[in-house]
Amino acid sequence: MIPGRFDYHRPASIAEAVALLASLGDEARPLAGGHSLIPLMKTRLATPEHLVDLGAIASLKGIQVDGDDIVIAAMTTQAELIGSALLAERIPLLKETALVIADPQIRYKGTLGGNVANGDPGNDMPAVMQCLDAAYEVVDEAGPRRIPARAFYFGAYDTALQAGGIVTAVRIKVPPHGHGYAYEKLKRKIGDYATAAAAVVLTVADGRCATASIGLTNVSETPLWAEEAARILVGSTLDTATLDRAVAAAESITNPASDMRGPAEYRTKMAGVMLRRAIERAKSRATA
Amino acid sequence: MAKTLIELTINGEQAEALVESRTLLIHFLREQMNLTGAHIGCDTGHCGACTVEIDGMSVKSCMTFAVQAAGAQITTIEGIAGADGTLSAVQEGFRMMHGLQCGYCTPGMILRAHRLLLENPAPTESEIRYGIAGNLCRCTGYVNIVKAIQYAAAKINGTPFQEAAE
Ligand SMILES: Cc1cc2nc3c(=O)[nH]c(=O)nc-3n(C[C@H](O)[C@H](O)[C@H](O)COP(=O)(O)OP(=O)(O)OC[C@H]3O[C@@H](n4cnc5c(N)ncnc54)[C@H](O)[C@@H]3O)c2cc1C
Ligand code: FES
Ligand code: FES
Repeated sequence: MIPGRFDYHRPASIAEAVALLASLGDEARPLAGGHSLIPLMKTRLATPEHLVDLGAIASLKGIQVDGDDIVIAAMTTQAELIGSALLAERIPLLKETALVIADPQIRYKGTLGGNVANGDPGNDMPAVMQCLDAAYEVVDEAGPRRIPARAFYFGAYDTALQAGGIVTAVRIKVPPHGHGYAYEKLKRKIGDYATAAAAVVLTVADGRCATASIGLTNVSETPLWAEEAARILVGSTLDTATLDRAVAAAESITNPASDMRGPAEYRTKMAGVMLRRAIERAKSRATA
Repeated sequence: MAKTLIELTINGEQAEALVESRTLLIHFLREQMNLTGAHIGCDTGHCGACTVEIDGMSVKSCMTFAVQAAGAQITTIEGIAGADGTLSAVQEGFRMMHGLQCGYCTPGMILRAHRLLLENPAPTESEIRYGIAGNLCRCTGYVNIVKAIQYAAAKINGTPFQEAAE
């Protein structure tokens, strides 16, 4: 399968990339790892006339602490997320998630920026970013701004990113020391997108859940931030009856497609099962 | 649409070529560089038969444009053995442990195992299996591939390896 013809551009700075995208117009797209875009181009579902490769822009690489936040530059690869000692210590949910994305080869090339900007409901990082209340740093012709992950996704491949905009970094407020976390993903095989998956971050104080946040992957046109389900957990001892209610609340907001991963009813139930497991694992990891 | 001139290093040798921007690295290697060792299996990023090494990463070359590899150091299966033809530890492992049948997946398996052992010279069986999870083999059932990589690890580390080939 051969992609359609396009012109290739390799800017050396963010400013140059934004200017190029603006001048080339609608038929231009950023290229990061290419591991979502190239498959679409091979099947001609995407036929951009220009690709602006972000791979030579040094400032799009790296993981930095900025006050209470950790800022991960967009071209940081999934393998680099897995290898980061800083992230393993401060936001271990990211490593846990990256390890269930695709396979080793894809993770060397696939970037965090591409994963969150892509807009495919199958991508794993968007729901995790909603769970963590991350913000995306975006630059376009109008200048730089921050868009919360929870306000970024409108539909499949439909995001708050304007044509010509690039995500330069993902900014995450570090969860409190001792927080519990888990990403539970049901997939048919390694390298498969989720049948359903759930991300959980919670804190426990005096035996009760003090804060909780939940994100769901691939059970709707967009990632889902399960606000009501998380609210049900707060104040409880995370007992079975509470989990039943939270799972029911989460299931009720799903709207999965029936596809080769299973009928919609099955995928909704699996979202519930993944959520229950994720809460239980997060609870076991939280140190009160 | 203009072609792009790229310079890169392939198996230790400088190369320069004009490529169409849409040319995938696997096609560039096989058809322009005549390095036909890396194979096209699925063409969708799943099977790993096209795996090559780019700047210290195992990469699926069917999912990468040749232009993205400008300036890179690339190793293909043709560059894995020593200059005098001595097999690498991984190649020797595949030979001794009968780690292949039809051989179609083998170049990708060897390139992936090569990088895995550089990053983790003493992997457990489970680490080997997860480490080659992006490479599919339709013949062997993987048992002898895992043994081949264990053989190579033992050889690299100078530790004994007793498992007999089946
Ligand atoms: C076999 C296979 C299995 C996979 N399995 C999974 C999986 O289980 N889970 C998962 O989450 N993903 C999976 N992926 C996708 C993979 O993780 C991608 O690498 C990732 O989704 C996109 O990152 P990329 O860097 O490759 O982006 P690209 O493919 O280069 O770009 C994707 C899209 O985002 C845009 N874009 C990229 N970077 C930016 C930026 N900084 N700013 C603005 N727009 C940008 C591009 O224009 C394009 O439209 C799989 C891919 C393959 C081939
Ligand atoms: S041919 Fe590249 S992964 Fe199968
Ligand atoms: S030996 Fe035939 S595919 Fe692996």
